[in-house]
Amino acid sequence: MPILTHLEAIRQGIGEEMERDSSVFLLGEDIGVYGGAFKVTEGMLEKFGAERVIDTPISESAIVGAAVGAALVGMRPVVEMQFMDFIACAFDQIVNMAAKIHYRWGAKVPMVIRGPSGAGVHGGPYHSQSNEMWFVHTPGLKVVVPSTAYDAKGLIKAAIRDDNPVIFYEHKYLYRRVKDEVPLEDYVVPIGQAILRREGTDIAVITYGAMVWTALEAAAQLEKEGISLEVLDLRSLLPYDEEAILASVRKCSKVILLHEDTRIGGMAGELAAVIAEKAFDDLDGPIVRVTAPDTPVPFSPPLEDHFLPNARKLAEAARKLASY
Amino acid sequence: MGVKHKTIRPARTSRHDRSGGGEGSRSGAPLARSHDVSRARPLPAADTLLRMLYLLKLTREVEVRIERVLYRQGKIVGGVYVGRGQEAIGVASAIQLVEGDFVLPSHRDLSAYLARGIPLERVLLNWMGRADAPSRGRDNTLHFGDLNKGIIPIVSPLGDTCPVACGLALQFKLRGKRNVALVYFGEGATSRGDVHEAMNFAAVMKLPVIFICNNNGYAYSTPVQKQYAVKDLWRRGPAYGMPGESVDGNDVYAVYSAHQRAIERARKGEGPSFVECKTFRMTGHSAHDAAEYVPAALFKEWEDKDPITRLQSDLLQRRLMTPEALATLHESVRKEVDEAVARAEARPLPDGESANEGVYCGPDCWWGQTRSQAFDV
Repeated sequence: MPILTHLEAIRQGIGEEMERDSSVFLLGEDIGVYGGAFKVTEGMLEKFGAERVIDTPISESAIVGAAVGAALVGMRPVVEMQFMDFIACAFDQIVNMAAKIHYRWGAKVPMVIRGPSGAGVHGGPYHSQSNEMWFVHTPGLKVVVPSTAYDAKGLIKAAIRDDNPVIFYEHKYLYRRVKDEVPLEDYVVPIGQAILRREGTDIAVITYGAMVWTALEAAAQLEKEGISLEVLDLRSLLPYDEEAILASVRKCSKVILLHEDTRIGGMAGELAAVIAEKAFDDLDGPIVRVTAPDTPVPFSPPLEDHFLPNARKLAEAARKLASY
Repeated sequence: MGVKHKTIRPARTSRHDRSGGGEGSRSGAPLARSHDVSRARPLPAADTLLRMLYLLKLTREVEVRIERVLYRQGKIVGGVYVGRGQEAIGVASAIQLVEGDFVLPSHRDLSAYLARGIPLERVLLNWMGRADAPSRGRDNTLHFGDLNKGIIPIVSPLGDTCPVACGLALQFKLRGKRNVALVYFGEGATSRGDVHEAMNFAAVMKLPVIFICNNNGYAYSTPVQKQYAVKDLWRRGPAYGMPGESVDGNDVYAVYSAHQRAIERARKGEGPSFVECKTFRMTGHSAHDAAEYVPAALFKEWEDKDPITRLQSDLLQRRLMTPEALATLHESVRKEVDEAVARAEARPLPDGESANEGVYCGPDCWWGQTRSQAFDV
């Protein structure tokens, strides 16, 4: 099976869907001639032509609004945000237009908004955010955050085939750092299904995106100390896989919720609530959150290192919880 | 009245076709092809005019009923936005469309809905929040679309449909169609970024979109002097690289003619146009708003320019209609509204629990029941 990077897997997934379905087309800034700021769409213009790989003016709101219009009449647009930080410029079109159309008048809006998010590359406050919760709080949207190359391809294909607006977060730190086996045969990873990345018995670490790798790193370290971490990769945040979450919690009886996003209003808060509501009797310790602090993402390397959760911080929290 | 407004057409139309994009716009030179007055097209045919009069009167009648009867009786709740006095814009533009074309009306553009053939009863069901309303009671007023009839509804952040119109037009281009999208918005919305982004986007990509500004003088309580600093909004067109016109929005002929030019141009693949239709909001912002901030003289001035009165006078004067036929039309419109109101009122309200359904489109989706019939394109 071919080994692909996270980025190559996304590119391959989009390309396969474009070959399969002529209604799929791409819209975004610098995605055609230049191939995208991170080169996710490199080669697409040559392969599919300027009609299906459209370089646009710097107009995030118009790009997303146009995607909605095209989707309403049978197209399946895939929009790139050059950085997910700039998705704020299209916020109104996403939450007030795209997300509510089906509920309001029953038309389907099959579209994907994808782009790089996350910190760790010294991008500063406007090239590093993990702002997925803006959209998890919006009924009508789906929000997806892959961690492996296999999942990135399977999820982008599922997102493109979905009849609802899907926000697809690609962690830029993973683009070229993560590689794995990606089959050439057609497959999708269903939206809404979590996956166990590592089985364990003492503490369930529930996480997503780049933090999956952080959790696995900490788990390897703690194993030597006799603490067994289970790592559950959510993959989808909206809808999220409640069943898998509760199963891990019941099995381990202790849980750490880990994410790169800031703390207040983060996914961990939602998961803590559902665990407290539905698995309270199974818990042998407090629900613990390991997250970024409630600040913008700082630029300078020592500041960014302080901001980001890492294996060391997770291991510390896990040791403390294990001894509870 | 009739005499006063008879020789309407080109004389009331200021036309500024200074740019169609491309090199012409960059050099600031006027385009060779132009819509100058001497080349004004013939008037719409008599049957078109009579159809327009019917649609104008139907819009007026149902909106008066909504605003002054049903709302006051508590049979319609929430915000009540009507387009009294500005009906000519939606009618004289949307009536020119063919199958596959789209309108994206603003909140006072019931006239465009009716011109596209939406049954009155469906409109009233939506206003009344009924279970079998087009929005199933989820949204109010004109917040519902119909893909088969080529209608995409507004969302309350006005101007948001301008980018959506660009997306429709993009699909027309990608699929090799010659359809057009007409997007309507008020002068207030022109201050929003989405209108700017969409006009630039459409001009750059030469999309078949007609940007139609219903300039009705007030955005809620804000007069045009506080909304923008140019005299006429047509200037916005050339500024983006598309033709711009300002027309008397209460003159059916002027509105028809301006959109005829814009639609032709769009169908030929020559790109978007901007049409400012000057009109007046003959109501408050919503039914609760007495509009005391509007000088009374303005209401009087625009009452005299009422688009329906003007068209009626003209048709009578040109003997395209008899006074008897007009009286009959008036009566039949009233009856049509009476009957539609009665039918809509008889329909049930939705069950509260149905509010949870249909957030997502899926195979088991509640909306799926009507999808194949009403929503597939």
